[in-house]
Amino acid sequence: MAAGSLTILVIDENRIRASIIEAGLRDAGHRHVTVIHDVAGIARRIGEIEPDVIVIDLENPNRDMLENMFQLSRAVKRPIAMFVDRSDQASIEAAVDAGVSAYVVDGLKKERIKPILDMAISRFNAFSRMARELEEARSELENRKVIDRAKGILMKSRRLSEEAAYTLLRKTAMNQNRKIADIAQSLVTAAGLLDPLEGE
Amino acid sequence: MSMTAAHQITAGFMPLFDSAVLVVAGEMGFAAREGIELKLQRETSWANIRDRIAIGHFDVAHMLGPMPLACSLGLTPLASDTIVPFSLGLGGNCITVSNAVWGGMTARGAVPDLDPVRAGAALGALVRERSAAGREPLRFAVVHPHSGHNYELRYWLAACGIDPDRDIEIVIVPPPFMADALSAGRIDGYCVGEPWNSASVAAGTGRIVTVKALLWRNSPEKVLGVRKAWAEENPDALAALLRALHNSARWCQDPANRSELAALMARPAFLGQPEAIQMPALTGRLQLGGGVERSVGDFFLPFDKAANFPWKSHALWFYTQMVRWGQLPHTSQNLAIARDCYRPDLYRSALKPLGVALPGANAKVEGALKVATPVGSAGASLVLGPDGFFDGQIFDPDRIDAYIAGQKRA
Repeated sequence: MAAGSLTILVIDENRIRASIIEAGLRDAGHRHVTVIHDVAGIARRIGEIEPDVIVIDLENPNRDMLENMFQLSRAVKRPIAMFVDRSDQASIEAAVDAGVSAYVVDGLKKERIKPILDMAISRFNAFSRMARELEEARSELENRKVIDRAKGILMKSRRLSEEAAYTLLRKTAMNQNRKIADIAQSLVTAAGLLDPLEGE
Repeated sequence: MSMTAAHQITAGFMPLFDSAVLVVAGEMGFAAREGIELKLQRETSWANIRDRIAIGHFDVAHMLGPMPLACSLGLTPLASDTIVPFSLGLGGNCITVSNAVWGGMTARGAVPDLDPVRAGAALGALVRERSAAGREPLRFAVVHPHSGHNYELRYWLAACGIDPDRDIEIVIVPPPFMADALSAGRIDGYCVGEPWNSASVAAGTGRIVTVKALLWRNSPEKVLGVRKAWAEENPDALAALLRALHNSARWCQDPANRSELAALMARPAFLGQPEAIQMPALTGRLQLGGGVERSVGDFFLPFDKAANFPWKSHALWFYTQMVRWGQLPHTSQNLAIARDCYRPDLYRSALKPLGVALPGANAKVEGALKVATPVGSAGASLVLGPDGFFDGQIFDPDRIDAYIAGQKRA
């Protein structure tokens, strides 16, 4: 049977990550992929979709509710088990590390599911990397802003050139074994305390 | 500190007030004093805690009392042998209903006094009338199928003539979502730990109708679940942790520390809920809704009444409820697994050097102590009980077959 014959449900409150997973599944030839962001009314949706595989992010607080539903609910016509129960320790750890979990209907062969889980793991990891890089870029930008303000304060109060102001910040940071952005932040805070207008 | 600590321990917890003993051990220096660097990690579901214990991300965790049993009995995915050498407290839960259900209950004799018999009779009358009128059954939520909440809600309903599977519906909702689900009308009532009952009362969207301490006084709730393999490989780290938790629990129980404890638990890293809403769990003074206040004795005990002792009779009672509600068959093998899951021997050996009062027995007859009773114990004096069930039943762990046979669905 081709990969595309499986019905896959992705539950993820993070829309960007969900669409990255969805794209990955479609690239791998899966045609029946549904994405749900909100678990309200999930029992009915699962009844309609009848998924073979359910992929969910570990941060979703509704995992306990879903697991209970898989065991008990009349909405779930076929028993659903956690994929890791039939997996090797390495896959389990990779999935939990990446922050993803998968549930599959009973009777589905491990070989058919593993590529889906592997894909989800790598896309989750790629998303985390991207989010981290974005966060680093943002804090870099904020650092630069605060350094500019600190330079401005020094230029005005000590009548330094821009270059001399930067050199002073850098030397102070080196002497105190701290980051230049931390020194700049301290200076901006102190200036704000001494002269509220200066700090603004 | 990380360079000097003799033991590094990672502990998972859920944002509930009864994680306090674990949180305080880490934040107030009790763990550090025992040479432990305790890393606390907040989680979003019990399933995550189970998974991270199983694969070794966590060495120990704040767990629902029946959860280690369910793990050891293979009732959950990713089951791993988990033991309980320490209990994190007794009591602390309430049953809360919507204003509409409360209105229906008061019309059928309920008064705001938390009496489980009267409240249960009124709820039973309401449930039967709704059923006769062909209306949808009421929907109640608990936090997990293997939880004290599920079993105490079912015990209460069944004793009041309500079949928890046929006459109402029970669903699972994460604790922090309970109040929202109630106010949005997705559920009609719930059983959960604090502060998530007081949260509905404060919002004016729910009424507390009874409490765990009145259904089964001084009954088990959260425990320290420990991966068995880790415990066997790290006996010294575990013993040091149990001593740290003992001192932390004593600090949590001391009324002089209440406001400091409430402020600590209110922090965003822990509960992220206002300090004022932490206080009912600490004082037992509950706002029930509609301006009614009631004081409940032994509402939540983090330390007193041997609250931290992992009684085998507590594990075995949970086991009888798993059997009662069809979660597993009663076999001698399952019974043995349940009995071995709670480990008073580890508790005793870890705390012995402290010279504190320790119960001499591993199990007790639950419901036998009608009043607070001093008991003979190693070292200093110890007071236990009362520990009665609200319907007067007795659970004798030595007569477990008869107890299971006598359980009815409703």
